[in-house]
Amino acid sequence: MTAIVDPRVLHEVALTETEYEQIVALLGRQPNHVELGIFGAMWSEHCSYKTSKPLLRQLPSTGDRVVQGPGENAGAVDIGDGWAVVFKIESHNHPSAIEPHAGAATGVGGILRDVFTMGAFPVATLDSLRFGPLDNPRNRFLFGGVVGGIGDYGNCFGVPTVGGEIYFEDCYTDNPLVNAMAVGLIRKDRLMRASASGAGNKVMLVGADTGRDGIHGATFASVELTEASEERRPAVQVGNPFLEKLLMEACLELVDKELVVAMQDLGAAGLTSSAVECASRGGVGIDIDVSRVSRREEHMSAYDVMLSESQERMLIVVDPERELDVNRVFRKYDLHADDIGEITDTGELRVFDGDDQVAHIPLRLLTDELPIRHPEGRAPKERLDLATEKLIIHTELTPPESFLKLLASPNLASRRGVWRTYDHQVQNNTVVHPGGDAALLRVKGTRKAIAVTTDGNGRYCFLDPRAGARIAVAEAARNIVATGARPLAVTDCLNFGNPEKPEVFWELSESVAGIAEACTALQVPVVSGNVSLYNDTSGTSIYPTPVIGMVGLLDDVEKRLTPAFRHHGDMVVQLGQTRLDLGGSEFLRTCVGRIAGAPPRLDLDLEKRTQAVVLEAADDELLRSCHDVSDGGLAIALAECCLLGGLGADCDAVAEDGADPDVVLFSESQSRFIVSCAPRDVPRLRDLAKKHSVPSQVLGLVGGDTISLGRWLSISLDEAAAAWEGGLAAGQGGFTEGPAR
Amino acid sequence: MASFGIVVFPGTWSERDCYYAVHDRLRQDARLIWHKERDLSGLDCVVLPGGFSYGDHLRAGAIARFSPVMQSVVEFARRGGLVLGICNGFQVLCEAHLLPGALMRNASCEFRCVPTLLRVENADTAFTVDCAAEERLSIPISHGEGNYYADADTVARLEGDGRVVFRYVDEHGEASPEANPNGSVNNIAGILGEGGNVLGMMPHPERSCEDLLGSEDGLKIFRGVIRSAERVLAR
Repeated sequence: MTAIVDPRVLHEVALTETEYEQIVALLGRQPNHVELGIFGAMWSEHCSYKTSKPLLRQLPSTGDRVVQGPGENAGAVDIGDGWAVVFKIESHNHPSAIEPHAGAATGVGGILRDVFTMGAFPVATLDSLRFGPLDNPRNRFLFGGVVGGIGDYGNCFGVPTVGGEIYFEDCYTDNPLVNAMAVGLIRKDRLMRASASGAGNKVMLVGADTGRDGIHGATFASVELTEASEERRPAVQVGNPFLEKLLMEACLELVDKELVVAMQDLGAAGLTSSAVECASRGGVGIDIDVSRVSRREEHMSAYDVMLSESQERMLIVVDPERELDVNRVFRKYDLHADDIGEITDTGELRVFDGDDQVAHIPLRLLTDELPIRHPEGRAPKERLDLATEKLIIHTELTPPESFLKLLASPNLASRRGVWRTYDHQVQNNTVVHPGGDAALLRVKGTRKAIAVTTDGNGRYCFLDPRAGARIAVAEAARNIVATGARPLAVTDCLNFGNPEKPEVFWELSESVAGIAEACTALQVPVVSGNVSLYNDTSGTSIYPTPVIGMVGLLDDVEKRLTPAFRHHGDMVVQLGQTRLDLGGSEFLRTCVGRIAGAPPRLDLDLEKRTQAVVLEAADDELLRSCHDVSDGGLAIALAECCLLGGLGADCDAVAEDGADPDVVLFSESQSRFIVSCAPRDVPRLRDLAKKHSVPSQVLGLVGGDTISLGRWLSISLDEAAAAWEGGLAAGQGGFTEGPAR
Repeated sequence: MASFGIVVFPGTWSERDCYYAVHDRLRQDARLIWHKERDLSGLDCVVLPGGFSYGDHLRAGAIARFSPVMQSVVEFARRGGLVLGICNGFQVLCEAHLLPGALMRNASCEFRCVPTLLRVENADTAFTVDCAAEERLSIPISHGEGNYYADADTVARLEGDGRVVFRYVDEHGEASPEANPNGSVNNIAGILGEGGNVLGMMPHPERSCEDLLGSEDGLKIFRGVIRSAERVLAR
């Protein structure tokens, strides 16, 4: 059978002609308009992972503590005492590029729904953000809008925003990255799954009424942004955190009273994907009658209702005998619930509009039978050349000038101006607030705390995606360990360009392989994640930017560590060794003006041993502070310990023979920590390092009001603080949202 | 022992933190009161907690004042019951005219979640009997609209009657402009109603209820309520 279809129709649903022909073959007939829309959404990269799926199989996803791995709304790991921590990260890049405030806000809302759909109470969110440089007004608008949207949603909802990261690089101009991670807690035995069962059970839709907002959002996320993308503004949803909070309270009450069979939130591809996923996970069928869906607009077609991405909606499967009780709960919160269909045993999705059947598709065609794409991957030669280039490092700047320039650079400057606009304390669990290596949240009723962080490094990944991805995992783990907590598990957000370009598919394959290697070596399974492709604007791809969200566990919250120096006279010790690792560094970019060279070497075995030293030392209470050494190298890490503690330090430093001062100060060698401890504990600490074959050096003493590193650097705390605190706001219009909102 | 009723409007989010502070930390009786309820019997103190009641739609606190429970709260206050409004609760109390003035958008036009230092301006109220005069309390704020405003006469009356209970101060105890996180007139952080039994404050005492979280100073306010309740009982 030859399929004849208008190419404009296919373009609207982002399907290729080959895919259309496959649909015709699978159905044995041509799909109607509604069915084609459903296929388009379910076969979109965003919903189907048709490009990344074969790669993702490499990621380790099992472990003793894993309660729920990939495939559900969020992953879950056991933290003992009957509790599980539930978490996931997700991108909202394309909506934020068009409408930053609403895009970022609904990104937070979407990821919160994923967590409470599992029955868990959301206890924290984090945000990993990337923008173009702030000297561009559009980038300032995007930055301000995104920060404002995150704050508005989280602050109103009542979940603390406790961490994240912000980086600025040219490649993110017009295509910012907004990755939101949510973390929840639940009694392990109460974990909900979005798996429908029981033919005859009712399907209810609760929360917001359905409008035309966000139609084609999933397909919009699966194509490149172009100048015409502004026209996609209607594909951006608008969030209502107030409604979401009511929805959460109601849903958690349903879970608590054991009134529901399954819950599935409506996210990308709205009712379509939620009904399909919920039914196919349970191996059942589902009938939906769109005429029974409450709408906020008139004249919406079945197509509109099935593909709307209106926010703050939840699909609930209920035993008919419990329907009255369920409605009672919703009435308490003044929420509106529609009975829109039922579970069947047909294995099919049937959509009705009153008496008319408007779609009829076997579920397996939308899930199992989806066409996997196997694009070609090829390393671009100029990139390989760039990464293997023998770097000639030349700067006119003296070490103190470079130091101050780095401290004030937007990538390294203090983020306090941002996170103080986020409520990071609500729920009374935040023990270590944003601004440290990882945030720490205590678990009430136990002595435990969970550590959470996000990490990514687009620049390293640009130069060597495999090495960069390995470093992202290692650094996330290092951030967790720097609080004294043990890394438990990972959620990853893979932000890449158009995978149909061979170099992008190569970046994606290499990055996933790098994550798999590091997660395997460090024994942190990947329990959830998200893939965001087609991050291209007018043909230019972003840096490959895998972002790692990690959760760790601290058994005794009293043994927590922070980066801040605490006592005059404490000894400063570096664990690990400084080597010539300036490739891809912040120094090279900011002070030399180049993005080149190989990213720092990473020995995963040494990494694990170094982390073991910190964990043992923390458990033995040998340490007074602990900070990982990353962007900007030793000098910046030392400055952060000083500035956060309000104490100076008098240190010396050594590197490989003959290294020049810029290497000693700013090299980004991996597997390093700066710790401080009482002088009497130094021998025990160094013995511990020796036991694990980890290099250690005493750098100097905490105290005074000057940051000194050898003969190269001596800067007063005040001067350093002014550079660091002012860096993100000074001369760039700050991040405050303009009137454009 | 005192009995606390913590009101929950749709959109309230610090009810659990308030419950934690008074029930888990101070071992007092506490119950959550859904805004559709009207029964406040047996309570010594009604807490209107922080949050975004009704999503701050229209104006912070503007809709919540019409919730069924608010009629009972007004009645409870008239009879001399202790009412503590925190953050959004303060906004609701102003909207309900249990307290004078209004809370405008922060002068910075930004939401701010930061630690603040409060000076106890009147240690002789039902809420501050556990504090010393001029004592400094470390209690954080978390709001976008905490910029207290009232006309000059009202402010003069509040100041003259000792109804300014807390003021934002710097580390030297001075009510300096730098110490003012939101632009409030006279650095006002908390005020008392005419009868002395209604307190509205923007900072969150329920958040500084444990050293692990940075400070225990907020407990002094709840302890003040407990002591006052016990005094009434003893009389």
